[in-house]
Amino acid sequence: MAAGLHDSDFKNPVIRWVDARLPIFTMMQKEYGTFPTPRNFNYFWNFGGLALVNLTIMIATGIFLAMNYTAHVTFAFDSVERIMRDVNYGWLLRYVHSNGASMFFIVVYIHIWRALYYGSYKAPRELLFMLGVVIFLLMMATAFLGYVLPWGQMSFWGATVITNLFSAIPLVGESIVTWLWGGFSVDNPTLNRFYSLHYLLPFVTFGVVFLHIAALHITGSNNPLGIDPKGSQDTLPFHPYYTAKDSVGLVVYFIVFALLVFFAPNLLGHPDNYIPANPLVTPPHIVPEWYFLPFYAILRAVPDKLGGVLLMGGSIMILFVLPWLDTSPVRSMRFRPVARICLLLWLVSFFVLMYCGAKPPEEPWVTIARLATLYYFAYFLVILPFLGAKERALPLPASISMPVLRGVGGGPLPAGAAAKPMEKA
Amino acid sequence: MVLRSRLRAALFAGGLLLAGGGPALAAGEALPPPDTKFSFDGLFGTFDRASAQRGFQVYKEVCSSCHSMRLVYYRNLRELGLSDAEVRAIAATVQVNDGPNDDGEMFERPGRPSDRFRSPFTNEKAARAANQGALPPDLSVITKAREHGADYIYALLTGYSDPPEDFHMMEGLNYNKYFAGRQIAMAAPLAGEGQVEFKDGTTATVEQMAKDVTTFLAWAAEPELETRKQMGVRIVLFLTILGGLVYAVKRKIWSDVH
Repeated sequence: MAAGLHDSDFKNPVIRWVDARLPIFTMMQKEYGTFPTPRNFNYFWNFGGLALVNLTIMIATGIFLAMNYTAHVTFAFDSVERIMRDVNYGWLLRYVHSNGASMFFIVVYIHIWRALYYGSYKAPRELLFMLGVVIFLLMMATAFLGYVLPWGQMSFWGATVITNLFSAIPLVGESIVTWLWGGFSVDNPTLNRFYSLHYLLPFVTFGVVFLHIAALHITGSNNPLGIDPKGSQDTLPFHPYYTAKDSVGLVVYFIVFALLVFFAPNLLGHPDNYIPANPLVTPPHIVPEWYFLPFYAILRAVPDKLGGVLLMGGSIMILFVLPWLDTSPVRSMRFRPVARICLLLWLVSFFVLMYCGAKPPEEPWVTIARLATLYYFAYFLVILPFLGAKERALPLPASISMPVLRGVGGGPLPAGAAAKPMEKA
Repeated sequence: MVLRSRLRAALFAGGLLLAGGGPALAAGEALPPPDTKFSFDGLFGTFDRASAQRGFQVYKEVCSSCHSMRLVYYRNLRELGLSDAEVRAIAATVQVNDGPNDDGEMFERPGRPSDRFRSPFTNEKAARAANQGALPPDLSVITKAREHGADYIYALLTGYSDPPEDFHMMEGLNYNKYFAGRQIAMAAPLAGEGQVEFKDGTTATVEQMAKDVTTFLAWAAEPELETRKQMGVRIVLFLTILGGLVYAVKRKIWSDVH
């Protein structure tokens, strides 16, 4: 072995030659082959991998859509319909891309929920979690920009309402909005820059995903018990165990995806977006896509524009400080009986907000949205810090392998944690 | 600037305050359209070709005097089972503005299969001028562009009646219980027998014409529907079998862990 070359373990001469000079095969083997992974994952741990697959699908379909799309206010709507009618399998590309956005949010919401429930945001994974929140923000921005491109009524009016939010900023708000628009209303310059940014941001996202995974491979994965692996008896090599398990989730994900694309491709969209954009006709209800509804409800829950904007932004920004708001050393909610109930209620408040966001801003929805908003924030700002100090957690198991291997009945464990995790979910 | 500020004020007044129109609208709120059975419903749905062809005839003879379908080409009609010659003949019945020719002049020529459906009006202003200010919407994707899609179109076409006695009608509008506000500018377009003569002998009742034209419009909006559903059935079937195999593999791999 010549000096400076990596000492490769691979036998195949070609792979060995490459690996000695650029040890990508060794890296892949280490990070995705033998990578020690807690042995007790449930199916919630599928969703990170699914999100990566989804991002790849979005980029792949998006590149081909971009070849046929025209970013101009006169042609955008028709070019999208031309994709649907005259481009070979164009309807498939577009429906996969538009429903892919919904699938992406479903997957990422479950992924975030997993992190909240099992305490994956806690030390030492704070930065990993914060990078995840950055990805979530990039995703939201990309989805919003992409929804504008077909230049239907909801595209246009959604863009008008959302960009107008920036005008709430004192002093410079108006200037910022004009700058975002590239003019004095949402118009062709707006569409052009949104298209450019919609193509750019997924690649930025990909970069942050790389950092997210890099950080994950330093700290290692959390697990349903929230305790650290104590040795090799607590872990399994990623391949074949978790490649096999992730494959099961992947097929289920594809089935749900296929049902949407092939049998209900417009179920999650809004019919108004099949009406070409018309700056002179405002739709009776301007509603964002379903995945933005909880945040839209928070925005509208505040009777003051700036307040609403700040609270809406705060509802996501608060996740950046979540690792420090939750002071309990116990990660998994399985061992935090009170916090667990509070978190489940927080999930309820999230769905209530989603429902209210789709309703017109009338009573009783305004009051319900306000109460749900209050609880959404109270969970992070009041309940978690309070419980961190006061809650008595259940005793933690001694190790991951102990409950998994023996399936202990009573003892210190709640029944759920003792069952074979593989048989559930 | 003033317009923009006012627009924004209106948006936020509408968005943040209570919608004042709520109770006022209640009297004229549209009924949800009843569920109508169509040939293209369900997992295995296909377009009833005979019905869609009759629907095209209804569109051509009734709707097309006001409503454009600017995204559809005459060539697309082949997908409904019309022959090349029939499509050519249909296209040739319209005059299309083309040019400029070598002398720099625009000219009229008979339509070709590669032309889009000719629009009844040259622009939006002309359409409004001819319809007391109302704009007949383009029908290319109409079943995708309305809540409840085909059910709504069928309900609207068959939903005309006299207004209830206490209902206040605006000048020039027509009562239709399925239309938002229950007052629609379009007069009842389907009159009943004798309006259209179907070649296959089907009686052209209002319901029959409404169903046929709805089938035609649904096809125009989603010409890929049949391919899409057939591909979907195969893919979901394939994925279900694959899922079973993958799960079996996973069980086998994990059998030494438990």
